[in-house]
Amino acid sequence: MIDTRTAPVTVGPTTVRATTVATDRPNDAPAIRVDGLTKRFGTDGPIVLEDITLSIEPGEFVCLLGASGCGKSTLLGIIAGLEHPTSGTVTVSSGSAAVMFQESALFPWLTAGRNVELALKLRGVPRAQRRGQALELLDLVNLADAAHKRPHELSGGMRQRVALARSLAQDRKVLLMDEPFAALDAITRDLLHEELERIWRETGRTIVFVTHNVREAARLGQRVLLMSSRPGRIANEWRLADTGPRRIESPEVSRLSIEITEQLRQEIRRNAH
Amino acid sequence: MPTDTNTSTSTTVPSIPAAARAASNDDFRTLEAGLDALQTVPLAERGPWRRIVDGVLPPVLLLAALVLAWQFYVVIAQPRPDLVPGPFNVAASIGELWSNGRLQQAVLTSLARGGAGFLIAVAIGTPLGLLLAEWRLLRRALGPLLSGLQVLPSVAWVPAAIIWFGLTDATVYFVVLMGAVPSIANGLVAGIDQVPPQLRRVGTVLGASRLQLATLVILPAALPGYLAGLKQGWAFSWRSLMAAEIIAMGGSIGFGLGSMLQQSRDLADLPGVLATILVILFVGILVELIAFAPAERSLLRRRGLASGGTR
Repeated sequence: MIDTRTAPVTVGPTTVRATTVATDRPNDAPAIRVDGLTKRFGTDGPIVLEDITLSIEPGEFVCLLGASGCGKSTLLGIIAGLEHPTSGTVTVSSGSAAVMFQESALFPWLTAGRNVELALKLRGVPRAQRRGQALELLDLVNLADAAHKRPHELSGGMRQRVALARSLAQDRKVLLMDEPFAALDAITRDLLHEELERIWRETGRTIVFVTHNVREAARLGQRVLLMSSRPGRIANEWRLADTGPRRIESPEVSRLSIEITEQLRQEIRRNAH
Repeated sequence: MPTDTNTSTSTTVPSIPAAARAASNDDFRTLEAGLDALQTVPLAERGPWRRIVDGVLPPVLLLAALVLAWQFYVVIAQPRPDLVPGPFNVAASIGELWSNGRLQQAVLTSLARGGAGFLIAVAIGTPLGLLLAEWRLLRRALGPLLSGLQVLPSVAWVPAAIIWFGLTDATVYFVVLMGAVPSIANGLVAGIDQVPPQLRRVGTVLGASRLQLATLVILPAALPGYLAGLKQGWAFSWRSLMAAEIIAMGGSIGFGLGSMLQQSRDLADLPGVLATILVILFVGILVELIAFAPAERSLLRRRGLASGGTR
């Protein structure tokens, strides 16, 4: 395993020691533990995931990166409990996880506010508190003014933010995200990166973020896991020192992106033979 | 990560004064609100006046043109009045039927029957559709039969129904149900089949139970298909009713529009026949305009599916 440590970048006049959300907690029980996981479609279909073992700490932001068809979404689906592993175990210490998908999958017959309220209702929040909580959650993604709008009246980025608010409404410690920004334009995606990072810092969620975008992974993750394809395995892992908010343009992100891309291409080349 | 850092400085975060952080947060919110405003196009809502002009004017103009052409033909070609009555003869016939009260009676009888038959069909077709959509074996067994029934003209049931139930209302209702139930059930099945799988997945992820998934996610999502099925179900009810009323007359069956049509034929009263056809057509259009079109329009518009169709 290569361990890439980027130099801390200091902004502002003074640098004081401070602990981040992620390092604040005792590291005894991992939030997610995957042990010897193998997934095969059908009884003698191709092996999609092979012997994956990983552990994700509470409050960690992990990016799962890989080429199309490497099984990263399948791995996320198994952690979410939507699919079952062929062998091996998956433990989510908080019980279950919230999930956000590439398509916002908002209910088109409900307003943005009601979409969030439905999640609260299914969680068992009493009716009287739902409206207020939904507005708070929408305000967290800066959409309190759009609560009365229906999904088709919102832009793609706004819809994903409502979907984010809805998955936060589930109030689970773990948030699984399956290429949530892949369908957005670059400007919107850049803003949503900032939004997500801020929310992660504010709420202390454990986030597993699946993407095929190297820069996105380098921009967001505290830890980037690179997956190889056919069968899907964890090929490499990079840890980034958390030095506060990063930007996608910053040199550290570029440096890491180049390194990861190199290795990703190697993994893809292997499939040619 | 403490276990991972090679120097103690790795865990440092740049300290940003709280005020500056709040300011940058405000900046961010303004930025995001700006992008939102750029990316959403405000919907230009057409005024009610404009909607009426757009929706009502074209069909009314066409109707006027057709009546005018008809009148011209009668005036110029001078056909035999008992074979081709003019619009005025038909209008006079409607006036006569109205003044002796038979028109109102026939419309009320038929509408009440059609409405009751339709409601019974909804009560049977809806649970049937739900069962078919969720129970695969039943669908494989009953699905083709139900599609077949939808194709079979329900008039075909009239002779059998008369033998079974005699000349009673039961005959009329039986024929109406055979026409409408398959449409309603099939509409609901189609609606449920078209529910995007992501919506079901989201429901599951949000922790919905089976019942909650059905009532809070699948049924609302299937509503457009269901409504289309209801609309078709009504059309089949109305048609089957007319067929049944024309064929089955007398006994305890009341006097409906179909009966009126048949009676006018027996009297060789062509203006009366044409008048009744126009009334049947008009009632069908009216129910569509008053009940189904607004429901469909608001349903589709709320979901952003309206194609700007006006009716």
